[in-house]
Amino acid sequence: MDAATWIAVVSIFTAGLTIAIGSIGPALAEGRAASHALQAIAQQPDAANTITRTLFVSLAMIESTAIYCFVVAMILIFANPFANLAAEAASQAVGG
Amino acid sequence: MEISPDTWVLYEWRGLQLNATIVFTWAVMALLVVGSWAVTSRLSAEETVSRWQAALEVIVSTIRDQIAEVGADDPGRYLPFIGTLFLFIATANILSVVPGYQPPTGSLSTTAALAICVLIAIPLFSIGRSGIAGYLSGYIQPTPLMLPFNIVSEISRTIALAVRLYGNVMSGTVIVGILISVAPFFFPVVMQVLGLLTGLIQAYIFAILAMVYIGSASRSRRGSDGPSPNETGD
Repeated sequence: MDAATWIAVVSIFTAGLTIAIGSIGPALAEGRAASHALQAIAQQPDAANTITRTLFVSLAMIESTAIYCFVVAMILIFANPFANLAAEAASQAVGG
Repeated sequence: MEISPDTWVLYEWRGLQLNATIVFTWAVMALLVVGSWAVTSRLSAEETVSRWQAALEVIVSTIRDQIAEVGADDPGRYLPFIGTLFLFIATANILSVVPGYQPPTGSLSTTAALAICVLIAIPLFSIGRSGIAGYLSGYIQPTPLMLPFNIVSEISRTIALAVRLYGNVMSGTVIVGILISVAPFFFPVVMQVLGLLTGLIQAYIFAILAMVYIGSASRSRRGSDGPSPNETGD
C-alpha cells in the first residue's frame, strides 16, 4: 500500500478508537453526576433549582471531554492535515 | 460533507470571500439589534405593557437573576456582557429551524472570537473592581509558585470554552448530515430537536461559565472569603 492509503487506514482506525475510548469516561462520569444529583434532589426538594443548574453546568464540563474526542475524530476523518501532504508527496514522486 | 460554514462561500468579489459564517453572524446581529430596538423604542411604565415588552422584561430579569445566583453581588454590572453572549448564542442556535441556515456557532472562528471576548473581559472587569495591582496579585494568589499554573489555566479554559461550543453545535450538524444519508425519513427531525435543546443549554453554559470566570477573578482578589466550589473550571 502507498502512503496515502496507509494514512487513510490509520486515520479511520484511530478516529473510531478515539470516540470509543473517549466516550467511556464521560459516560460513566455523567451517570454518576446525574444519579448523585437525583439523590440530592430527593433528599432536598427545596434546593432542586440550584442543584439542577449546577448539574447542567457540570454535565457540560464533563461532556466537553467527549466533545474534544469527537472534534479530533472529525478532524482525522474530514480535515486530515496529513492527507494533502501524502498526496503532494505522491505527485512529486510521480513528477520527479 | 462540509463540517464548517466557513467553507461555504456565498459571494465573491475580487478575491474577497464572503462566507456563510460572516453572513449568518450579521443576520443574527441585525435580527437582535432591530428586534430589541423595535421593542425598546416603545417602552411604557403604565399598567398595560405590550406583549413584546413583557417578553423582553422576562428575559432580562431572568438573566439578571441567574447572574446573581452565580454569586455576583452586582448583577447590573455584568448584565450587558453576559446577556449579549447568551442572547447571541441562543439566537444563533435556535435559528437553525430556518431551512438553509447554518448556525455560525458551528464554526471555530466564531466561538474562538466569543471566547477571546471573555478572555479580555475577565481582566477588564477585575481591574475595574480592584485596580491593576489587585488584578496582577491574583496570579500569585496562594503562592508565587502558582504563577505558571494560573497563566496556563487562563489560556486552557479559553480554548475549552471555544471548543466546547464549537464541538456541540458542529456535532449536531454533522450527525444530521450523516443521518440524512443513512435514514432520511424521520430520524433527522428528532436529532434536530435534540440539537435545539443542546444549543440552548450550550448558550446558557457559555454565559454561566463566563460569569463564573469573571466572578472568580474579581472575587479571589478580596481574599479572606473562601473560593466557591464551582470556581475552578477546566
